[in-house]
Amino acid sequence: MTPLRISIVASAASLLLILVVLELIRSRRLRERYALLWLLTGVVLLVLSAWRGGLNTIAGWVGATTYPPAVLFAVATLFILVVLLHYSTVISKLSDQNVLLAQKLALLEERLDMEAARRSPPA
Amino acid sequence: MASPRRVAIVPARNEEGAVAGVIEELRAFDPGLDVVVVDDGSTDRTAEAAAAAGAAVVRLPFNLGIGGAVQTGFKYALEHGYELAVRLDGDGQHDPQELPKLLAPLVAGEADIVVGSRFADGSSTYRPPFARRAGIRWFARLVSLLTGQRVTDTTSGFQAVNELGIRLFAHDYPHDYPEVEATVMVFKHRLRLKEVPVRMREREHGTSHITAPRSLYYAVKVTLALLVGVFRRTAVPLED
Repeated sequence: MTPLRISIVASAASLLLILVVLELIRSRRLRERYALLWLLTGVVLLVLSAWRGGLNTIAGWVGATTYPPAVLFAVATLFILVVLLHYSTVISKLSDQNVLLAQKLALLEERLDMEAARRSPPA
Repeated sequence: MASPRRVAIVPARNEEGAVAGVIEELRAFDPGLDVVVVDDGSTDRTAEAAAAAGAAVVRLPFNLGIGGAVQTGFKYALEHGYELAVRLDGDGQHDPQELPKLLAPLVAGEADIVVGSRFADGSSTYRPPFARRAGIRWFARLVSLLTGQRVTDTTSGFQAVNELGIRLFAHDYPHDYPEVEATVMVFKHRLRLKEVPVRMREREHGTSHITAPRSLYYAVKVTLALLVGVFRRTAVPLED
């Protein structure tokens, strides 16, 4: 059985994570679409921390019976990995868009310079 | 035969010493050839030198790497309605004297992309250092295997394309070490590729920026891109 103190501390930590994410959304420092994964992480961890019977059951399934809180670590790690992978896709997309913008800007600038040169030929 | 509208795409980064010479050589060799220099975030006076030599200059606001720079050139060619585009490096290692060999198969309609190969005729005097030779050979084998056509030089940046090639590369061009992936892309889009043997010169100015650990990183990266790319659907429709 999971020690009661661990359940309390883990629940508090999960709740804190959820509150921080909500506050970041409220103050517009985090967009909702990126917050969803974090909220999901917080909720899942909160449920597993507070619902001691559930954690024990899952620990039984995966064979972590000697130390059920290990399941909490495993789940938290898994979610962090998912969030990081998600961020890698976001970064890839951003850098693709960045390249596109740089190219478009450079081509437009060249065109603008050409137009300007045509309108006022150097004396 | 009316000569087609053609442009030379010259990616250049910090080549203020060499770029004007390249442009003048191109002009002297073929006055009907327009030149666009893509300045890939140079910190020296590359753009000014190129403009003074009479080239159109597209200045990228920051360094994109060779793939992004070359693609900018193809976008320029597409926007300005060029029928042929030849790509050569701003450091002077590609000899404009070899241009007719690259352009002839395109003009004759025998190919959509022509690559100047340092090894195609087997009697090349070009002897790269061991590691680079190994890399070139590895990619030549891999690409030949993936495409089913014998390719001898997948890392040559000395290439010419027709309108189909311009359109393909303007829409989709691989990142920082693009030639190898581009070769496979060309086959996936069923463009006809032809290699012609060319001589290349030693670099006149500056040094190659590809160091040993970097080459290994690129080799691994490009291999990954190639193997995963096999399972990618062709993304760019070439017919309108």
